[in-house]
Amino acid sequence: MSLASQRINYGRGSRRSIFAGFDPILTIAVALLLVIGTLLVYAATRNWYAANGLDPEYYLKRHVINIAIGSLLAWGTTVVDYRLLRAYTPILWAIGVLGLTAVLIPGIGDEVNGSKAWIGLPGGFQVQPAELAKISIIVGMSMILSERTHDTDSPQHTDVLQALVVAAIPVLLILSQPDMGTVFIIGIAVVTIIAVSGAPMRWVVGLILVAVIGSFAAVKVGVINDYQVKRLQAFVDPSADSQGSGYQLRQARITVGSGGLIGTGLFNGPQTNGRFVPEQQTDFIFTVAGEQLGFLGCGFILILYLTVLMRAFGIARKSNDPYGKLVCTGVIAWFAFQTFENIGMTLGMMPMTGVPLPFVSYGGSSMFATMIGFGLLQNVNARNRG
Amino acid sequence: MNQRARLSLLVVQIFIFSLLVGLLGRLFYLQVAAGPKYRDAALSIQSRDVVTPATRGLIVDSSGVPLALNRVGIAVTVDRTKIDRQPDKGVAVLRSLATLLNLQYADIYQRTRLCGELPKGSRAGCWTGSRFQPIPITKEADPEIALRIVERSDQYPGVSATPVSIRNYPASAGVNGAHLLGYVGPLTDADLSGANGRSYFRSESIGKAGLEIQYDEYLRGMPGIKTVIVDRKEAVTSTSQNSKPIGGNHLVTSIDARVQASAESALADAVRRARASGYRSDGGAAVVMDIKNGQILALASYPTYDPNAFERGLTVAEAENLYSEAAGVPALSRALQGLFAPASTFKSVSVVAAANAGYDLNATYDCPSQVEVGTRTFQNFDSKAQGRISLKKALAISCDTIWYRIAFDEWLRDGGLKPKSNANDYFYTAAKGFQIGKKTGIDMPSESSGRLADRQWRKSWYEQNKDFYCNYKERAPKSQQTAFLLQLAYENCLDGDKIRAGDAVNFSIGQGDTVITPIKLAQMYAAIGNGGTIWKPTVAKAIVKTDGTVLKTFSPEKLGTIPANKETMKFLHSALREVVVSGTGAGVFSGFPLAISGKTGTAQVFGKNPNGSQKSDTSWFASYGPTEKPRFAVVMMVSQGGFGASTSGIGVRKIYETLLGVQGSKVVSAKIIFPSGIPPVGLPKISPATKVKEAK
Repeated sequence: MSLASQRINYGRGSRRSIFAGFDPILTIAVALLLVIGTLLVYAATRNWYAANGLDPEYYLKRHVINIAIGSLLAWGTTVVDYRLLRAYTPILWAIGVLGLTAVLIPGIGDEVNGSKAWIGLPGGFQVQPAELAKISIIVGMSMILSERTHDTDSPQHTDVLQALVVAAIPVLLILSQPDMGTVFIIGIAVVTIIAVSGAPMRWVVGLILVAVIGSFAAVKVGVINDYQVKRLQAFVDPSADSQGSGYQLRQARITVGSGGLIGTGLFNGPQTNGRFVPEQQTDFIFTVAGEQLGFLGCGFILILYLTVLMRAFGIARKSNDPYGKLVCTGVIAWFAFQTFENIGMTLGMMPMTGVPLPFVSYGGSSMFATMIGFGLLQNVNARNRG
Repeated sequence: MNQRARLSLLVVQIFIFSLLVGLLGRLFYLQVAAGPKYRDAALSIQSRDVVTPATRGLIVDSSGVPLALNRVGIAVTVDRTKIDRQPDKGVAVLRSLATLLNLQYADIYQRTRLCGELPKGSRAGCWTGSRFQPIPITKEADPEIALRIVERSDQYPGVSATPVSIRNYPASAGVNGAHLLGYVGPLTDADLSGANGRSYFRSESIGKAGLEIQYDEYLRGMPGIKTVIVDRKEAVTSTSQNSKPIGGNHLVTSIDARVQASAESALADAVRRARASGYRSDGGAAVVMDIKNGQILALASYPTYDPNAFERGLTVAEAENLYSEAAGVPALSRALQGLFAPASTFKSVSVVAAANAGYDLNATYDCPSQVEVGTRTFQNFDSKAQGRISLKKALAISCDTIWYRIAFDEWLRDGGLKPKSNANDYFYTAAKGFQIGKKTGIDMPSESSGRLADRQWRKSWYEQNKDFYCNYKERAPKSQQTAFLLQLAYENCLDGDKIRAGDAVNFSIGQGDTVITPIKLAQMYAAIGNGGTIWKPTVAKAIVKTDGTVLKTFSPEKLGTIPANKETMKFLHSALREVVVSGTGAGVFSGFPLAISGKTGTAQVFGKNPNGSQKSDTSWFASYGPTEKPRFAVVMMVSQGGFGASTSGIGVRKIYETLLGVQGSKVVSAKIIFPSGIPPVGLPKISPATKVKEAK
């Protein structure tokens, strides 16, 4: 590949069609998840809002708008060559860090469920900088770890250290919100990126050890808030806190279990319509699928996620550019573990943390971030061919 | 890209793949394998049953007069889940409610406490139901006061007033019937857990005692259930099921309200009379039975309580009084649960024993003032020598010494302290034949079985007590270390497992460790009166549906026959008549225009009253009549009531007066309760409006 031919690929001129280079199966799977998500958000909110004299389509409308904006962002992410993105990475990262700093300032950050994770905007909108920070960490780390300053094939210790600093600053800010779910997902993405970057294995093993010891120490020393300890306890023993976290986890499990093989039918679930599970359009949206669509519907959703992830692995493997490969890996780890944490929490396999289900949960910031992530995957895929 | 990175990617891919497969597996477990369990759990979260209690069936007497019916009352209820949320835990609300209802705050406080919340020993009047159902303070509130509560609901948070159906015992003909009928109350957690195999709804009532509990399953009916689906705010979103309440069935009893009322007043009167004579007279019972089939016409116990007090709302004092020793434990049904030595009424059994042992019933026997049995002397009741008299006369005047001799002889014949393996045991066999020590099987709850102190009982008693008596000095309190008691303990330790001569002679005159209930004695004398058949006493005659069709009838049940031949029965009949003609019962029945047969009993009681005084004798009178064509058995017992004749005998006479229409020394035919001589055979029409037929 000559320098000249590379240069041609960079400009706008290379665009043949706005969908050129899209992986069709990945696209269809994500589109189906978005459709199912829309129906579930509507199912989760319509009855309760109607019964309380509010607009039953309030969430539906906003969700559709979020998807529209997210699709534009995904498309935008796709059309700009990801290698060009590299140049903007430091700016993206800086914006993320600024946002994360801002949420901690009283008066700017809104506290929801004990976490200062939101910045209120006029018109009732809120943004969650942590969601966008995930992208800047993935892109930033990939950039550092794929640059070869030495004549070696794999990153050196200094590269890994640099990459860790890039990740550590936003992670520390998120820790102080605190938002343990996001920290968990970012942490896994960081370790995965380092592992796949070809960096010495000592780093991977060491980081995992640090994470395990760190979480134990956090619980002991009391860095973690009271309510987070309770959530953890509720996971270990759901009857310990029957009105708080334990209640939510129990309700979630009952709601999913009551769906049975085929579910109660879309919009028909008494558990969902009675709103016995809190946060059921956001973090607990999978309970709606569980009750109304049953094992068959939920299994289908899991297969869609599996499709998205396995296609993404294919893209990562095909990529001959270390940067693209690492970006893909980061996005995969993010999607996979966020999905696992969210559904696992709903099914009682994971402790309760407030992370949304990618492509499905209601929530703008999360939707935008996941759609950008999706755009990155398509972007790498497109450049693989080009 | 190096090889290791490629491998890492593959490892990550496999790991993520297996995580998602893990989710699928968990999902399969929750939704398919454990799905039904979670569906049930979800249903209990979403659905609420609105229960409309069924109208409870009536309890009527044999001619249809209602003994228990339903009335509409106004219940003032307190919702604990709401008042507990007040800053002062509802103290102010309950205080102002107490003022409004003119009740004591302490009573209201107690009534709204779950029994488990209160320390043991001060739970009287507590709420036996659950925290989650409105707790009634009273079910008979003044409508005006109820209206005030409803209008100013902001002043009385958690308090509401609603019309309810309440159980009412109308006292037809003046009947109290507390021990017979029982009462209803809230379900306990044990009831709700399905301990008795039935399922209930929280807001229902359940029979708590007497016939109300015995026939609860028939009387209760089926509550109407409306199952609604609710949301998290408990707002109803839909109705999934709706059934109308089905009224409970009526219970027709063999009780006659007039006889019951008469038995109650005669009993109370007997107690009063005994007290006037200086006896402590702490309780009593009266039973009237149809000897031809075991049906109960009246069943009374003293002291009693007001069965309507439970629906009105018990005060702490009332609730404590129910089980208070000082008040004589009014909750105790002495007719079924009171255990007393039968004393001379037992001699009818001894007659059967003597006859079976070959003694000539028509011979004469010596009745000295005392008899030496081994080293001990046993006195005649009044320590008088009567000379040689017939056995019939002996029974009439209640000579004890004749029986001591016979019992002692038989005891020696059976081996004395070294009993033969094939001992005849005529006395124990006869008592077993009368089914002493077994429950009568009456269709009422909590009957006591009594005790037959035979050889077997003696052995098991010894096994349980030898440790105590053989270490009496160490085990017994200082106050019980008198010379007599020490000697007794020594003897008990030595050969307490054996029937001693003293035990044998005491047994023959109904003293000692053998105890029976008044209902048992009525069953025994009914059997003597009818020629030997032991019937199972019954109160219920039939269960009748609200539309008048008969659901179930209860037929008389024969439990056995007295082990006496015709000759013995004939002798017993004439001897028991002689008691009333010339014997211990003659005085109380003098001038009575109809022939009655019976036997007095005056049982010595050992032990002391709470105030330290020696316990007085138990007064018994067991009878059947009219002698020529016997139909009824009447038994009365007054504990610590003194002599059998003067206390219980007069009571029994009064009951016969009502039953047989006797006024003074004449029979007034218009006053006879059953003009045909027998209680109604068929079933009455049932209506809450049925009035008592006043025999005039």
